[in-house]
Amino acid sequence: MDFISILSIFVMACFVGYYVVWSVTPALHTPLMAVTNAISSVIIVGALIAAAAAGSGTSKWLGLLAVTLASVNIFGGFAVTARMLAMYKKKER
Amino acid sequence: MEHAAPPFWVGLAYLIAGVCFILALRGLSSPATSQRGNRMGMIGMTIAVVTTLVTSFPLHNPKELGYNPSSALFYVGDKAAFPQSITELFPIMIAIAIGAAIGIVTARRIKMTDMPQLVAAFHSLVGLAAVLVACAAFLNPAAFGITEYVHVHFFNGTAANVPIIHPISRIEMGLGVAIGAITFSGSVIAFLKLNGNMSGKPILLPARHVINIGLIACILFLIGYFFTYDMSSRLPHATEWPYIIFFTITALSFLIGFLLIIPIGGADMPVVVSMLNSYSGWAAAAMGFTLQNTAMIITGALVGSSGAILSYIMCKAMNRSFISVIAGGFGAAPEAGGGEAKAQRPWKRGSAEDAAYMMAQAEQIIIVPGYGMAVAQAQHVLREMADLLKKEGVRVKYAIHPVAGRMPGHMNVLLAEANVPYDEVFELEDINSEFAQTDVAFIIGANDVVNPAAKTDKSSPIYGMPVFDVGKAKTVFFIKRSMGGVGYAGVDNDVFYADNTMMLLADAKKMVEDINKALAH
Repeated sequence: MDFISILSIFVMACFVGYYVVWSVTPALHTPLMAVTNAISSVIIVGALIAAAAAGSGTSKWLGLLAVTLASVNIFGGFAVTARMLAMYKKKER
Repeated sequence: MEHAAPPFWVGLAYLIAGVCFILALRGLSSPATSQRGNRMGMIGMTIAVVTTLVTSFPLHNPKELGYNPSSALFYVGDKAAFPQSITELFPIMIAIAIGAAIGIVTARRIKMTDMPQLVAAFHSLVGLAAVLVACAAFLNPAAFGITEYVHVHFFNGTAANVPIIHPISRIEMGLGVAIGAITFSGSVIAFLKLNGNMSGKPILLPARHVINIGLIACILFLIGYFFTYDMSSRLPHATEWPYIIFFTITALSFLIGFLLIIPIGGADMPVVVSMLNSYSGWAAAAMGFTLQNTAMIITGALVGSSGAILSYIMCKAMNRSFISVIAGGFGAAPEAGGGEAKAQRPWKRGSAEDAAYMMAQAEQIIIVPGYGMAVAQAQHVLREMADLLKKEGVRVKYAIHPVAGRMPGHMNVLLAEANVPYDEVFELEDINSEFAQTDVAFIIGANDVVNPAAKTDKSSPIYGMPVFDVGKAKTVFFIKRSMGGVGYAGVDNDVFYADNTMMLLADAKKMVEDINKALAH
């Protein structure tokens, strides 16, 4: 992909993000932060590439460490979000 | 150097992952759909991880997948950079398992009142992971497909095509590593402040604005220099220069992240945590550009805008500009000065029995919780109080200010934890007009968000901040530890001295427990 195509995806995604986030109810702003945290750990993709590649031993170790850190975030972030969301209940009638 | 495009389905899979992440945030528009949204996030992440693993450990010839089996950075010989045998998968699986164990145990054990610290800690991990990925990409660019070939004449008369890192990738890596490092060190400081390992008071260095602006200018200059640096002309000599530039950018960014957050006081942390949330997104997006990965770019943009919007909401709720929050120092003002005359004003002290009696007679009460409720862990006893009052036929509502607590939505989570139904909890603009028709306003652990000075006193530091009109309620009960302290903004509150206010001086949890005892009689 050329740079402009990638930039286009990025700019469009910023707009999508803008409208989607404004639609989030303020009561769920803490879960929003927890879940955005989890999904920003998609950076694990880069970590996996580094950890899987040959060529530089240091790079591989950095990749493995990054995979560990990102996994803490992914599993921790989704788990804590699920825990919080399960607490939001309507009035029982 | 042009790389062969990866197979069609790989790009499609990352795009689907990106769409899942959009739907994950979309689900949060209402508590009813939120759990489904969270599951979409998990599905998206699984797709992204599996796709990466499958393309990194192909069952067929790696060259077909567009990997370039060329040498690594600069000129280091003929080390192959194409993916390896399946046995290389084991260390990665172990790394994921360790991370998963730590993450899940932490998520299960964390107390809801400690959520701001946890989020800050998680942000720091994203930041550090971004730094590590950028470093790995710098050290082994061929694996990331970010090299281009240049023709180099060596001094011994030979010439060869040598791989160097593509200039645009250098900008992206430079920005990625800088934002990642700022996110990491900034979040560590935010964590220490929120967790109480470090004083919440702003720490003000002399000339800090000059230092900070100078450092940011330095970092930007170095990223620009890194971009324009002619890597080929200096080969095979002076190859250490790119390393020096890259790691100086990293080190300076760690430093600036630290310096940016130390002058910011405790109650401004909602803005800081949101801002760091935003940074972690931009760092992921920058690395997404490097890897040309749609899932990372979409996610980065989503998270980046999410954090930016939350920072904006928080700043607006305090009527302060983002710049003034980031410049820091708020809440460091000396506590004395001009307050003596006011300190002598008469005020009424109420008891738990008074509060219980008045509230049991009421038709409607509105509870205004603040950070003090979280500190006292009073949310559970508060809900018991509401239950007792409901039995008496009282309508109970909760009013939450956007900046109550230490992160956006902090109070909502605590009330949800205490089993308060979310349809009894209201936002500022939805409930503020109701105070006039309310019998009792019950303020627990909040102060600045009910201070009328925000509406009347132009000289007040909180002037212009939207506040609850609690004074319009027939009676106000104000739980506070003592009359001495003032809110975070350091301003006296006229509500304390109003005719219809009764001060309940005690620890919030203790006081509510006493009220519950009185109500049970």
